[in-house]
Amino acid sequence: MSSTFDVVADVIAQTSEIPREKITPESHAIDDLGIDSLDFLDIVFALDKKFGIKIPLEQWTQEVNAGKASVEEYFLLKNLAAHIDELVAKKNA
Amino acid sequence: MRLEYFQMIDTVVSFDAATGEIHAKAFVPEKSPIFEGHFPGYPILPGVLLIETMAQASGYLILGMNGLTRMPFFAGVKKAKFRKFIEPGTTLDVYAKMVHEGSGYSVTEGRIEQDGPVCDAELTLRVLDFPAPELKAEIEARAAVIGLGQK
Repeated sequence: MSSTFDVVADVIAQTSEIPREKITPESHAIDDLGIDSLDFLDIVFALDKKFGIKIPLEQWTQEVNAGKASVEEYFLLKNLAAHIDELVAKKNA
Repeated sequence: MRLEYFQMIDTVVSFDAATGEIHAKAFVPEKSPIFEGHFPGYPILPGVLLIETMAQASGYLILGMNGLTRMPFFAGVKKAKFRKFIEPGTTLDVYAKMVHEGSGYSVTEGRIEQDGPVCDAELTLRVLDFPAPELKAEIEARAAVIGLGQK
């Protein structure tokens, strides 16, 4: 079974023009991969569908803008994958 | 349709928040400066305005589902296909169906018919707080005019 990170990386590669091999758990979606906000919406949509969840993008953005969370907290891919795991676990609880 | 004001939807035929579907009508005007340029001697409604029409139907769908509390803004279109030319004076049946309600965005399927399929597309809309009270008032007034609240 693919790890959550692998699914995230596959989705990013499929919805953008970023080669799959360049996407690592340490990649920063914005700083390293150059994903803009519109492309990120496509990625979130694909991940929402794939995992049957609703990624709280607005809440995350508000937390970052308010200085309550770092950008890395949600946009570093290993962290994003961990948050998805939490959302999936919450859904299945 | 008031093309000069970008008001594409004239009336809501049906709206169902539970299933996430809306059916609206759009009456293409007989005359508009747009038809003078698109095209001389062969007036047809530009494809981008068909996309805008599907986006506005999607917008009213979202507004109806959220009780006019947040404003949808057109953010993206995919898989758009135009299957038929639309002439002045035509009545269009415009449909939108919710595909996914995300956090701060929605994805819909839009479709227009007129004696068969006209066009279809997948549309993405950002859903934000109203940025200005004037806009909220205008949207509420427009929703009442097209009958969104009564369906």
